[in-house]
Amino acid sequence: MSLIPTASQTVGPYLHLGLTPITIADIAKDAGKGEKIVISGRVLDGEGQPIPDALLEFWQANADGKYAHPDDTQDKPLEGKFIGFGRVPTDKDGRFSFTTIKPGAVPGPGNSLQAPHIVVCLFMRGMLKHLYTRIYFSDEQAANANDPVLGLIEDAARRPTLIAERQNDKAEYRWDIVMQGENETVFFDC
Amino acid sequence: MTNVVGYKRPRAGTQPNYLHPPYQSSIKRAPRKPLVLLPHTLSEVTGPLFGHDLIGQNDNDLTKQHAGEPIGERIIVSGRVLDEDGRPVPRTLIELWQANSTGRYRHALDQHDAPLDPNFTGYGRTVTDAEGRYRFVTIKPGAYPWRNHHNAWRPPHIHFSLFGPSFMTRLVTQMYFPGDPLLPFDPIFNCVTDQRARDSMISSFDLDTTIPEFALGYRWDIVLRGRNATPFEE
Repeated sequence: MSLIPTASQTVGPYLHLGLTPITIADIAKDAGKGEKIVISGRVLDGEGQPIPDALLEFWQANADGKYAHPDDTQDKPLEGKFIGFGRVPTDKDGRFSFTTIKPGAVPGPGNSLQAPHIVVCLFMRGMLKHLYTRIYFSDEQAANANDPVLGLIEDAARRPTLIAERQNDKAEYRWDIVMQGENETVFFDC
Repeated sequence: MTNVVGYKRPRAGTQPNYLHPPYQSSIKRAPRKPLVLLPHTLSEVTGPLFGHDLIGQNDNDLTKQHAGEPIGERIIVSGRVLDEDGRPVPRTLIELWQANSTGRYRHALDQHDAPLDPNFTGYGRTVTDAEGRYRFVTIKPGAYPWRNHHNAWRPPHIHFSLFGPSFMTRLVTQMYFPGDPLLPFDPIFNCVTDQRARDSMISSFDLDTTIPEFALGYRWDIVLRGRNATPFEE
């Protein structure tokens, strides 16, 4: 049997009604260990205007680089309550913020290791299908330089769009999503 | 060394493009640079497995969430969540939202001149059972105008959000009703060029799930991405 996957449709302007009853803005409290971090930024459209009706979902490994999922068969510890998933809407100024722990490195293709990263799934009014992107960390320069996924981005000048900037040695990172234009964020076809 | 089996990619025309000019809001929001093709890694084939402990007693009955009964035509929406190979997707979270019977959402930004219903929120959630089945009791949503183009009306629809077994199976979509005269004019429904894929967003009237003297039944099966058959050769 081969069925056609159901087509995606936009979340529309009233996404909050359906998706913010389950808002998860802090997953650090469920992590047994790891550096607590805050990632904040804005979502901007093709004219640089804030997008107030977007929603980010994020998915990450724990501090040891282990996903809370049966397909991750690595022999690494997993704290019971840490699901590695969060969801935050943007506010009227297009801003979002969430608290988590810095993930560990996870395996990549072959024997490679991926730099610490968070997978982001982005929804908004005006988008008929969600987009995937990734957050990497500015204080992981060596790991980022060898990351097999960042390496897929042929135009190296675009790679920084995926790197959250650590602010003044505080555990706060700044990362914006830009939908169009010169600084358009890299989105993945996956 | 990890052997990751990725998820299948969509066949041409079965999923919308990001830029779909008839839907005007896509013009300033769709990415313009080509997406970067990403073979799936462990980060993609894993994903959140949660929600079963978030389900309350009336979360799948939108007619019983307030002191009184909502106005409108009671309906039962049920079906199965399957993967591309027809296998059920068990114990996965479904979130649902919709307008009330007058075509008005309980949302601060909805200024449509139609009454709110104090007995209807328009939000529900459930998890599929071991065979991938789900069921909601609700009110048939009304059509409502929007400003995309002259005399634009959204056909009655219910928004569905699903997770499935990985972050790659994530899906947010809309369910439509059979025989709706507004469907041919709706740029959101018509963003899918493959007719079979488009029509699979339309539910079917179903006498078997219709409850005598109470409510009409609509059946709608949802298909999530399936997995590739063979491991990716490293």
